[in-house]
Amino acid sequence: MSKTVLLVEDEPNIIEAISFLLERDGWTVRIHSQGDDAVDAVLRVAPDVLVLDVMLPGRSGFDILRDLRSNTVTKDLPILMLTARGQTKDRELAESYGVSHFMTKPFSNDEMLGKVRDLYTASADKP
Amino acid sequence: MPKSALTGSRIREHRLMRGLKQADLARDIGISASYLNLIEHNRRRIGGKTLLALSEALKIDPSTLSQGAERAVVTELQDAAASDADIPVELDQIDDLVARFPGWAAKITAQHRRLRALEQTVGGLNDRLTHDPVLSERMHEVLSTVSAIRSTAAILVGTPDLGAEWQARFYSNIDTESRRLADSSAAMAAHLDNLSRKDTSTATPLEVVFSAFDARGHHLRELEEGGDPEAFAAKMSEIDSTAARTLAAEYFRTYSADAKAMPLEIFEPAAHEMKFDPAALAVRFGVPLEAVFRRLASLPRGATVPDIGLVSCDAAGALLVRKSPSGLALPWFGAGCPLWPLYAALSAPGVPIRRVIEGEDGARFTAMALAHPSGPLRFDRPPVYHSIMLLVAQDDATGEVAIPVGSSCRICARSDCDARREPTVLTHG
Repeated sequence: MSKTVLLVEDEPNIIEAISFLLERDGWTVRIHSQGDDAVDAVLRVAPDVLVLDVMLPGRSGFDILRDLRSNTVTKDLPILMLTARGQTKDRELAESYGVSHFMTKPFSNDEMLGKVRDLYTASADKP
Repeated sequence: MPKSALTGSRIREHRLMRGLKQADLARDIGISASYLNLIEHNRRRIGGKTLLALSEALKIDPSTLSQGAERAVVTELQDAAASDADIPVELDQIDDLVARFPGWAAKITAQHRRLRALEQTVGGLNDRLTHDPVLSERMHEVLSTVSAIRSTAAILVGTPDLGAEWQARFYSNIDTESRRLADSSAAMAAHLDNLSRKDTSTATPLEVVFSAFDARGHHLRELEEGGDPEAFAAKMSEIDSTAARTLAAEYFRTYSADAKAMPLEIFEPAAHEMKFDPAALAVRFGVPLEAVFRRLASLPRGATVPDIGLVSCDAAGALLVRKSPSGLALPWFGAGCPLWPLYAALSAPGVPIRRVIEGEDGARFTAMALAHPSGPLRFDRPPVYHSIMLLVAQDDATGEVAIPVGSSCRICARSDCDARREPTVLTHG
């Protein structure tokens, strides 16, 4: 059974590029493009790794991250946050909410793929 | 703290030039020789009748002896010295600098003002770059688009076995995103250009407006003669930004309304008749007290009009109007002295306060302050108050107990002050 990534992102062409890369790497990719019901989508899909954008329609990625970390089901879910808001305060906010990794746009494909793999491996290795 | 060496020194200089003995001059104007000696050695401040009598006896214009402008320069030089404490300066010789090298003193103060204005501009731009929601949105769009192009282009280059269908889709995506990038970049450039057009001035709009007031002695002849406030603001060359013009027009509208309610040809004689009592004048003209404060401060300075200053602030204490009287320089930057009745008035809106205050050089003023609503009163929100303070120079000491005040803490050397918020940069001399 293949590993699943849930991609919460609202830019269609970024979705297409990331989906293409992850699927060629052997991942099952599920897409969600709204912020307001993203937590429900995560609970429904139960992904192995979550790739989460910050600027989403309806709700910010920071709020979604905070809710996921306070939920016992998703508190340890590997979460890679992607954002065009790369200021130090944004990074610090994401880290304070418990993000697994924070990556600023534009990113390289290899870097993004490598980080998704690393997060999954680190999570799978946990007892 | 150096005492101002200007007025006394000038009196002495003119007396000696005319070959008069100190005792003779003192007798001529009806004061003791020892008192004149104290004046000449800058140990007593003078104004009003004594100054007029001395200028008459020395056959010179009173303004020649007045130290108002120079006192303001001294205060600004002290502020300039305070702005870079790492470079020690001869604070006790500031008066000499002003008296002997007025051109250099003016140059230093002008550069200091410009430096502070530039610092404020940089601070404002920094705030804007950090908090401007439009800029943030444009930047986000540019970075998102670049991100899509970069990822897609990397797939096209790095995937030799990419099928024709995928290839076509990704080429199409790059085309779409590159068009979007062009649009979002142009929008961001237009936004930045718009910001730079708005901010051609290095001074804040408020500073620009009050520099214009200062340059005209706070008496605007064009508006006294019924000129249009907006047109007047538009033609003032030194008001070079939309924000400053808008602010100036607002102040000029108030000035015009005051001038209309209290025409100069009626108000000035009435002010003399009522001994410059704002409360009596407010009753006579049927106008609010704060309007009389403003009107008194706009009177053209003359031998029979006392030296009048005016300062106002908003509810946060930020200074708005500044007209410095001789002997109490009001700060160009930052907050004023917390002991000014201006601030006390904010704690009891609508209640006029009258106090005698004394500046560091011994200059005394009758300070009258009032906090008043800054706009119309409404039921659906609490009133916002402004406070305004009129400063009328007192002739010599009257025996009343005065509240010792300063200009602002950084350049005030008074010790044992409960209101001090930061140490002074001045040495005690």
